[in-house]
Amino acid sequence: MSLDPATVRRIAKLARIRVDEAQVEALRTDLNSILGWIEQLNEVDVTGVEPLTGGTQMALRLREDVVNDGGIADAVLGNAPDRNGEYFAVPKVVE
Amino acid sequence: MAYTIEGASGPWEVVVGLEVHAQVISQSKLFSGAATAYGASPNSQVSFVDAAFPGMLPVPNREAIAQAVRTGLGLNAKINLVSRFDRKNYFYADLPQGYQISQFEHPIVGTGVVEIELADGSTKEVGITRLHLEQDAGKSVHDQHPTKSFIDLNRSGVALMEIVSEPDIRSPEEAGAYVKKLRSILRYLGTCDGNMEEGSLRADVNVSVRKAGEAYRTRCEVKNVNSVRFVMQAVEVEALRQIAVWEGGGEVQQETRLFDPNRGETRSMRSKEDAHDYRYFPDPDLLPVVLEQGWVDGLRAALPELPDAKQARFISEYGLSRYDAGVLVAEQATALFFEGVARGRDAKIAANWVTGDFFAAMNRTGRTIEDPPVSAAALGQLLDLMADSTINGKIAKEVFEAMVETGKGPAAIVDERGLRQVTDTGAIDAAVDAVIAANPEKVAEYRSGKDKLFGFFVGNVMKAMAGKGNPALVNAALKAKLG
Amino acid sequence: MLTDLTLAEARDGLRARKFSAVELTDAYLAAIEAVNPKLNAYVLVTGDGARAQALAADAALARGDAGPLAGIPLAIKDLFCTEGVRTTAGSRILEPFIPPYESTVTANLLRDGAIFLGKANMDEFAMGSSNMTSAFGPVTSPWTRRGDNRALVPGGSSGGSAAAVSARIALGATATDTGGSIRQPASFCGITGIKPTYGRCSRWGVVAFASSLDQAGPVARNVEDAAILLGSMSGFDPKDSTSADLPVPDFAAACRRGVKGLRIGVPREYRSEGMPAEIEALWQQGLGWLREAGAEIVDVSLPHTKYGLATYYIVAPAEASSNLARYDGVRFGARTSGEDLASLYENTRAEGFGAEVKRRVMIGTYVLSAGYYDAYYLKAQKVRALILKDFTDVFRNVDALVTPTAPSAAFAQGEKMDDPITMYLNDIFTVPANMSGIPGLSVPAGLDAQGLPLGLQVLGRPFDEETVFAVGAALERAAGFTALPGIRAGA
Repeated sequence: MSLDPATVRRIAKLARIRVDEAQVEALRTDLNSILGWIEQLNEVDVTGVEPLTGGTQMALRLREDVVNDGGIADAVLGNAPDRNGEYFAVPKVVE
Repeated sequence: MAYTIEGASGPWEVVVGLEVHAQVISQSKLFSGAATAYGASPNSQVSFVDAAFPGMLPVPNREAIAQAVRTGLGLNAKINLVSRFDRKNYFYADLPQGYQISQFEHPIVGTGVVEIELADGSTKEVGITRLHLEQDAGKSVHDQHPTKSFIDLNRSGVALMEIVSEPDIRSPEEAGAYVKKLRSILRYLGTCDGNMEEGSLRADVNVSVRKAGEAYRTRCEVKNVNSVRFVMQAVEVEALRQIAVWEGGGEVQQETRLFDPNRGETRSMRSKEDAHDYRYFPDPDLLPVVLEQGWVDGLRAALPELPDAKQARFISEYGLSRYDAGVLVAEQATALFFEGVARGRDAKIAANWVTGDFFAAMNRTGRTIEDPPVSAAALGQLLDLMADSTINGKIAKEVFEAMVETGKGPAAIVDERGLRQVTDTGAIDAAVDAVIAANPEKVAEYRSGKDKLFGFFVGNVMKAMAGKGNPALVNAALKAKLG
Repeated sequence: MLTDLTLAEARDGLRARKFSAVELTDAYLAAIEAVNPKLNAYVLVTGDGARAQALAADAALARGDAGPLAGIPLAIKDLFCTEGVRTTAGSRILEPFIPPYESTVTANLLRDGAIFLGKANMDEFAMGSSNMTSAFGPVTSPWTRRGDNRALVPGGSSGGSAAAVSARIALGATATDTGGSIRQPASFCGITGIKPTYGRCSRWGVVAFASSLDQAGPVARNVEDAAILLGSMSGFDPKDSTSADLPVPDFAAACRRGVKGLRIGVPREYRSEGMPAEIEALWQQGLGWLREAGAEIVDVSLPHTKYGLATYYIVAPAEASSNLARYDGVRFGARTSGEDLASLYENTRAEGFGAEVKRRVMIGTYVLSAGYYDAYYLKAQKVRALILKDFTDVFRNVDALVTPTAPSAAFAQGEKMDDPITMYLNDIFTVPANMSGIPGLSVPAGLDAQGLPLGLQVLGRPFDEETVFAVGAALERAAGFTALPGIRAGA
């Protein structure tokens, strides 16, 4: 599978990374070389193999339903590039 | 007769499936220890996990998982002992992680069924496709600043259950009945408070139309409809819109639409220039959710009696009509109130009083079943006064109104106001004699065969006795004296 | 010189009151001032905080209630969130970020009395094998080739940590390893590093790269020091769902166990085509040392191990593309404004991320996207299952595996930059341990012809770091590696 420039632009859009037109070709070359190299997995027979999803095979641990966090609005907002009172602020979103 | 909409080209069938988002009742969020309470000041119920700070990790809430399982059991659904959390990736201002943790491929609850009852007394089964757990997003506030939107993450990470129905629904009425029934089950289970105004229950309505016998046509999803009435309206107006599109020679485009209750129409949500591609994949921060059958069985054993079972029991145990039983079980608190009144008494009379005078008084006074205008015990006492002939039915209504007004017990009111029923046959005979003497012409008419006048005499005797005559004794005395 | 002491020696000296924690810390801070400008190993030096911690350590030592690491000066990889201390992950996008919380691993170290000298440079978001991708400039290795002054890379992504320990401007350091980021720089810098079993160290508060692969561990002067540090860093953390609820063994004691009677596997697939002869020779020598120490050497096969790297370059970017979505300029970090929210996101991420991060985020986005998921991501997960199965099968018959850590010694800054794959191949021997979650340690075993360190890698069963330490310590004893880098404190 080889990426075309339109696909590179689409991926960049999905990933929310602005890619200038001048960068598209270089990116395309890089991504294609990586994808081409990954193609070696095609030679592995995985028939009947269950995918391994995580880093460990333990059972998921659960927490008890108690409130022991929150109430730290200042700390939560303290790193915000733009805040307005108790809110984070972003350019107006039109829905 | 199946519901159809008559178009220029003939009748159209409406096909509806619902995705209901129900906020799980839990103290803390699905993956963090921040509180879930409604109405707190902005960002005050947010942990660093909910705000997706670097290095923060989700740890699932056991109770949220139990609530999903209880709900699954209440929907007669398959509980999946192994399920998994996936990430649904998209960017949005109120989605701090840049993904929503949801369950895509392996939901915690599989197929189930909900039975709905329609106005004509018929019932219908609506299939449940699945139920899965997911995180709620935060809230964007758009109206506080001319050029900015504000973000409040208090809701970010609150546990939601998404309950997906099969496209089994065929009319606005069925859609409404389904949401009502689902809400009732959730409230019985205590897994969701069903408060549609606060957004703890909201529906995405998938609507398509077709001609009889056709395969499904393209559907549209009407997002975030937040009342039963709006669900019904949304189905209807969206169906009408689609019919107009098809009949105008156009083609319905699959899209997401918004219901505008003020205008009574749906409109397309500003179409995003890039189509969504959510890139679901298993959340690598979380391992599969593995439930023990014994744990599930324990939850099942502790479930309350649900509306369907309760309705069946009210029919068999109390001899109620299906309709009355249905009305009484819709809310658990109502059913509990009814049983408080009916236990050890004539259940049909109890049902009539609860659904009649009591509901009327509740509406009139704006009170609720949790804070009723008359307690179940007091209403029971009133019924007892009728049963032992202390008062008759007509006086009982008067006493009931006095109870609502004053909050006093029925016996006290009867005593204070001297409403005790008269069973003294001497007094009854005297009243009967007086009425007969005062109406010689009516007596003659009655005796000549105009039986219907009997009610006239009863009414006049009761009037003369200020309503307190024992109706059976009055009837007997009149029968005897009129011949 | 105080900075010449190992961690164990410094610990004993502090306890014997031969010198104070303040003296030791000041010696390191002075060394940093002298040496760090040549290396760029630290992106932030927290001298005031370190002195305050040293005073507290001295007080605790005086009281007699000092923790096991009291007074030990460490460098902290800038991937670990440190409360009130800027944490960048080597990225422009986190340049202004001051975490309001302390990662579990660093909190454990502070609990035990450690002193934090500062934050160590690293490849951006831990994506790299050379430390060339840091937004704060590359780290220069303290080592140079014989007769060649060109600046070499320290390896990556924990290049700052490894360079600092090697150059003796930290007594030890935290590091993280997603595909080899502890072991490869340890090998390049002539020090010891261990990636423990996935789940041994909490990931809470560590900026995530690839959640199912990331694991914290130490780099240190020697195997025992690494064991001591890992003992403090490890432990169950209820805030990390993947943290293992297991007791932490006495890793340092395991270093003294010896290897008599152990079965050591040699995976034949690691004899990859093109392995430099001197690395092959060093490997054989290492196996010989173990044989002499009483271990049995066994040929084994890991048939899918050669697919580890390709699998890694699907799984890791996929997870990263999602993990890095939170860097959007809304709640923390750098923001580049835009006329609307979408352009704010795109500008922020275009300016904030470097080229390698963008490449990996885009690869990850692509392999998860509609129509490609099955061909790439699902396939990779299945191959990953086969890689794990290979190890599970092999560990029925052997107690540990020994391989080279990296296919080469350190290379010069600017080398291997022609295309991404050449750089990726650095991790060919280390990645399988991340794919399968097993522990892996790199121990310096010798020098190449140009005088650069080469490491051997010891792999073990899940949660059997003790055997890994035992084998590593045996190699260390036999190798007698004493070479020192040209750039170092006091040199």
